[in-house]
Amino acid sequence: MAEPSFEEAMKRIETIVADLEKSDIPLEKALERFEEAVKLAKICHGKLDEAQKRVSKLVGTEDGGFALEPFEESRED
Amino acid sequence: MQTLGGPPGGDRVYSVSEITACIKTSIEDEFPHVWVVGEISNCTLHTSGHAYFTLKDDLAQVSCVFFKTARLGALVPEEGLRVIAQGRISVYERRGQYQLVVNTLLAAGRGELYAAFNELKARLEKEGLFDASRKRALPKFPSRIGLITSPTGAAVRDFIRIARKVYAGVEILVRPVKVQGEGAAEEIVAALADLNRFGEVDCVVLARGGGSIEDLWAFNEEIVARAISTSALPVVSAVGHEVDFTIADFVADVRAATPSAASTIVLADYVDVRTRLDALARRAVKEMRSRIDADLDFIESLGSRYGLRRITDRILSAARDVDEAVGSAQRSIKNAIESRKAALGAVAGKFEALNPLSTLARGYAVCYKGMTAERVTSYNQVSPGDKVRVLFAKGRAICEVERSEKETG
Repeated sequence: MAEPSFEEAMKRIETIVADLEKSDIPLEKALERFEEAVKLAKICHGKLDEAQKRVSKLVGTEDGGFALEPFEESRED
Repeated sequence: MQTLGGPPGGDRVYSVSEITACIKTSIEDEFPHVWVVGEISNCTLHTSGHAYFTLKDDLAQVSCVFFKTARLGALVPEEGLRVIAQGRISVYERRGQYQLVVNTLLAAGRGELYAAFNELKARLEKEGLFDASRKRALPKFPSRIGLITSPTGAAVRDFIRIARKVYAGVEILVRPVKVQGEGAAEEIVAALADLNRFGEVDCVVLARGGGSIEDLWAFNEEIVARAISTSALPVVSAVGHEVDFTIADFVADVRAATPSAASTIVLADYVDVRTRLDALARRAVKEMRSRIDADLDFIESLGSRYGLRRITDRILSAARDVDEAVGSAQRSIKNAIESRKAALGAVAGKFEALNPLSTLARGYAVCYKGMTAERVTSYNQVSPGDKVRVLFAKGRAICEVERSEKETG
């Protein structure tokens, strides 16, 4: 299964916690969901702590397409 | 005959009146209708209704008179106002001075810009371009943001700095443009078109640092307003300071007061997400704890406490650890990220601590010798005929040992 997007992961965690708060789920199911939530929370934190993404520059190419180049911050003012 | 004071060579001698009359004719014929732009100074509004002032620029000045008859309903001259005056040059013979006799007085530069701004604003508003119903919501948790701005200005640095603070994992795609002067509006329009055609960004931020109305003018151009309104990607405008409003601000889906504020706005979902995650983790742990407590009560009610006592302790201390870790995360904003990571680690770690019970729930069982509290962990603790007590997640069974062997299943 592909890694869920941040939004999907957050939504899923919210659903799981809401489920856990309904007391009619059997313990085993509850534990499974709890485990899933912990895993998803780890993914979310991982995404938040992802290495600093580069800043790129959008440039046009000769064939009318686009290319990304590293953007170097410069000072002029 | 020697003429008294006559010049050598017989050149013509003018009287003051004569030369003044010549100058008057020549100047007045040359400048019967001129437009002059300058700044008003030394302004006097005479009780007669006439106004006298000087129009000046950096290098020169010209006296002006604005007669009562011409002034009716016209702009009132004010000290420091930049104006365009239309009139004729007239020579005031008695003083040997020339002056501009003003027919029409218009606010120049800034005045005209404000007028153009208001006209366009009124027109686009009437057209519905500013309607709240047109405003699109920004995407949640954007991963790539298009930034249209000058590559060298303060705006790009501010935006990137704040974005990295909020969520370093966001990718920023700069589409460099000229943000002021000739051709700036056209470059901004082209940049919006490029990003829309490229498509792989979640939203577009149009940013520029503060400046005068002239500096910000590109963002008040109709072509820019139309490009924003037709952009398929949501557009955030972040032009100037808090007090600067441009047409772009009114048309954009979201207006940010400054480029730094734009960072926080587009990444808003990441700002409180750690707090939300922690809150969810706390709720999940609390729920699991109460479920386990309830089941423990049930098991304890079966009268066998010894081995399980330890599990209870572990769970309770785990729960306390989680609470403490989460609590300390809230206490310190400065160390928020680190301590929240720790809190999450605690949640995950404590989950491991809960394992003995989840193991029971998965179908494993604990075996005790007879009705004692001695746990059976080896075949040689029991002999055929011995009674053992087997605890499940729910309930128990009293069994008799048939055989005990070293080999397992």
